[in-house]
Amino acid sequence: MFPFAARLAAMSTPHAAAVKTEGLRRTFGDFTAVDGIDLDVRPGEIYGFLGPNGAGKSTVVRMLTTLLEPTGGSAWVGGLDVVAQADDVRFSIGVALQEAGLDENMTGREILATQGRLFGLNRAEIADRIEQLAPILEMRALDQLVSSYSGGMARRLDLAAALMHNPSVLFLDEPTTGLDPPSRLRVWEEVRRLNREFGLTLFLTTQYLEEADELADRVGIINAGRIVAEGTPGELKRAIGTDVVTVVVDGDADAAKAVLEGIAGIEGVDVFGDEVRVGTENGSRALSPVAIALGSAGIKVRELSLRTPTLDDVFLDVTGTHLDAGSSAEGSST
Amino acid sequence: MTAAGTTARTEIRPRRTGFVHDTVSIARRAIRQLPRDIAFIGPTLFIPLFFLVINVASLSEAAAFVDLGITYEEFQLPVAIVFAVTGVTRAGAMVLDIQNGYFDRLMTTPVSRRALLLGHMVADFVLVIALSVPVMILGFFMGARFDTGPLGVLVFILIGALWGLGYTGIPYAIALKTGNPGAVNSSFIIFFPFAFLTTAYLPAENLSGWLSTVSTYNPVTYVLGGLRSLFIGWDAAELGKALLATLALAAFTQTLSLLALRGRTSPK
Repeated sequence: MFPFAARLAAMSTPHAAAVKTEGLRRTFGDFTAVDGIDLDVRPGEIYGFLGPNGAGKSTVVRMLTTLLEPTGGSAWVGGLDVVAQADDVRFSIGVALQEAGLDENMTGREILATQGRLFGLNRAEIADRIEQLAPILEMRALDQLVSSYSGGMARRLDLAAALMHNPSVLFLDEPTTGLDPPSRLRVWEEVRRLNREFGLTLFLTTQYLEEADELADRVGIINAGRIVAEGTPGELKRAIGTDVVTVVVDGDADAAKAVLEGIAGIEGVDVFGDEVRVGTENGSRALSPVAIALGSAGIKVRELSLRTPTLDDVFLDVTGTHLDAGSSAEGSST
Repeated sequence: MTAAGTTARTEIRPRRTGFVHDTVSIARRAIRQLPRDIAFIGPTLFIPLFFLVINVASLSEAAAFVDLGITYEEFQLPVAIVFAVTGVTRAGAMVLDIQNGYFDRLMTTPVSRRALLLGHMVADFVLVIALSVPVMILGFFMGARFDTGPLGVLVFILIGALWGLGYTGIPYAIALKTGNPGAVNSSFIIFFPFAFLTTAYLPAENLSGWLSTVSTYNPVTYVLGGLRSLFIGWDAAELGKALLATLALAAFTQTLSLLALRGRTSPK
């Protein structure tokens, strides 16, 4: 059994959060991959960790899942220290890393059985658990070699393997990267179901804005090893404004900003290259005054659009850059 | 949370296991994979059979002028066994585990880290025993006979298998240190000096110069001596030297592999 003493210790520590970090830091030589991150993920929450490639998301996950030791700060999962109580932490976490950790020379059932055995499950429990996980799995393919699986099937098997021992916290590192849209939607549905039906705490990293927006109760935006914004997707987007008018200009964008800041009802104007982003409570009402003001000032407008804010706007607001093109494309549909 | 969810969370509870349980679990998985890896097993079996046939066919007449005390077929059978068992390892499969992320999956479980290595080695032991069987059958077919009887045959196979197991420390150390399949494959080159700078073709007293000196320090010389002694009778001294040479090599190579394992599994 998962040691009672460890559970008791976990309950009695001040770190009762499902995942908690204080000043978590990881360096590789001179390179700082994670630079003092504070997290407080509540039990039963889906926490989305959003950031571009190389932001430090996977390094954080590797530290929280005991694969990598922090070089600074502290981290607890389920109240257990990931360094001092690493072995106990492994009993309470399920992990599906960025690369589906599957041996193509095994069948799906063999992978699940091996995983179960390593967590001390007996044959009957393994069989029961596979039945319980049937909604995730492609049961018809369970006795086929993984090499015959599609990307989506392999990812779901990876997810099932992570759940074999019934963990309380599930770490998913970019669970839908490389999947086609239908497979992505199916993984999303499973993530929601796991959280809803099993009360699992999910720590989900993603570079897809839409994924964080759709799945996460709260989102932490990470860039260059630091959390630059955190909150519910709604909170983060509301901080930008109810609506966003985006203007792409030919010429001096700063001059455009100066012009637009004087318009009534405009909450904020930011310039990113040749793009001027205008936050406002009522976008449709602001659209005409924006166009007229720019035209009167002799500023040529190449594009003018109105939309609701996305997490990309939040990212742009706090970092000054967009997430990469692929993720932006995904996210702009919201 | 639904009733189904509650049931699921209360029914399944992970438990602590032990080193032996973990080793058996890893070994089961590795052994199950063996028959699926024909591309690996085919050439591994071909090499000793090929050398046994070719060496006997090409050298038996020339060796007639040397007093071997046994037939040349019997003289060559231990060489074929050493070829069959040396460097035969699942280290390549372990590298694939590292590359495809399965090793990381195992590392997020509470599995004993040493069991990750030993479990693969148990599979290696099974494999080298299995590979020894067709080589022995060919040897018998060519006329090799053991005066020590079936027990001698069993000891012959076990000494060969122990040697093979001892040697596996080298490819595992390379696999764990580099995570590179090319490096593991090229580790077979290390075996050449062991295999040829020894009494593979002639007895020690017929070797001269530097080759004689090198063969004196080559543990394979003593393994071959011990194996060959079993054709004639029970010779405790020869068998003791064979076991000692095997254990000395194993102590060295397994230390290397354990150090590499510690480096690979350390979260630092």
